[in-house]
Amino acid sequence: MTPAERRAIVRDGLGVGLATGLYGVSFGAVSVAAGLSVLQTCVLSLVMFTGASQFAFVGVIAAGGAPVSGAVTALLLGTRNTLYGLKLAPLLQFHGWRRPAAAQVVIDESTAMAITRDSTAAARTGFVSTGVAVFCLWNLFTFVGAIAGNLIGDPRTYGLDAAVGAAFLALLWPRLADRRNRVIAACAAGIALVSVPLTSAGVPVLVAGGVALLAGVLTPTAVDETEIP
Amino acid sequence: MIWACIIGAGIGCYLLKLAGMSIPARVLERPLVERIADLIPVALLAALIAVQVFASGSHLTIDARAAGLGVAVIALLLRAPFLVVVFAAALTAALLRVVFPGW
Repeated sequence: MTPAERRAIVRDGLGVGLATGLYGVSFGAVSVAAGLSVLQTCVLSLVMFTGASQFAFVGVIAAGGAPVSGAVTALLLGTRNTLYGLKLAPLLQFHGWRRPAAAQVVIDESTAMAITRDSTAAARTGFVSTGVAVFCLWNLFTFVGAIAGNLIGDPRTYGLDAAVGAAFLALLWPRLADRRNRVIAACAAGIALVSVPLTSAGVPVLVAGGVALLAGVLTPTAVDETEIP
Repeated sequence: MIWACIIGAGIGCYLLKLAGMSIPARVLERPLVERIADLIPVALLAALIAVQVFASGSHLTIDARAAGLGVAVIALLLRAPFLVVVFAAALTAALLRVVFPGW
């Protein structure tokens, strides 16, 4: 990796960090609108630090669901970071204290910026620059959003409740290129809606998670067995 | 209770990340596990969208949030960046509520 390549990778990482971090404003605002305190909101961003899980957690709370339902939904969404870690570990070659430190910034963005590199040095540069930039800015902007959210009053006036659905859709969108994923998404959404009048808040999303488990077990032919990991 | 869930789920999410970095790949790299792990975010995100947009307490409703989601779809089809998608949806719902208060 030449110094020029290194600079380019770091620049890309900072750019992704800024774009993702700014979106922390909406998390902060949505979270306090859901009834969480500024401190609770900031702890979520610091400790949980994985956007979809955080939005899911506060989304369940906002809908009047039990915090436990929110926690389970957040954990289920967090399982994809385990898969990212599996792909990253042989590439990044982190050992000792670096591994638990790096684990906290294993998220969508840092994985995407590392996984395409052809050397450990370049992958580390992409992973660390993106991960640290997102972590710092996401937490900073979460705080800003939480403070602002407390000042603006009813979030519905600003359409913040509509923003959450749009944020989830934007996260889901790239995965909808796959036909099977579109079928699963439609089934999960339908089953969640049918469950809304029948169960307490937060449960419909978990029921839909069961759809994924069932579909995964029942569709063995969908995987290309010749693919070498 | 809420604090216990925030801390518990937060640490749990960290441990899920650490597990991926620490467990030998062959333990989890099985077709069934990979397939389910790929499908879980799809199913959960789709369900979250449905509930966030169409549920109000324990009944279903169509209000300004649905219009916001429609605008988000258009923005995504036009390949708009993330923040534009989210902002457009919020703006749509906010403007509709100015015209139709309580919607």
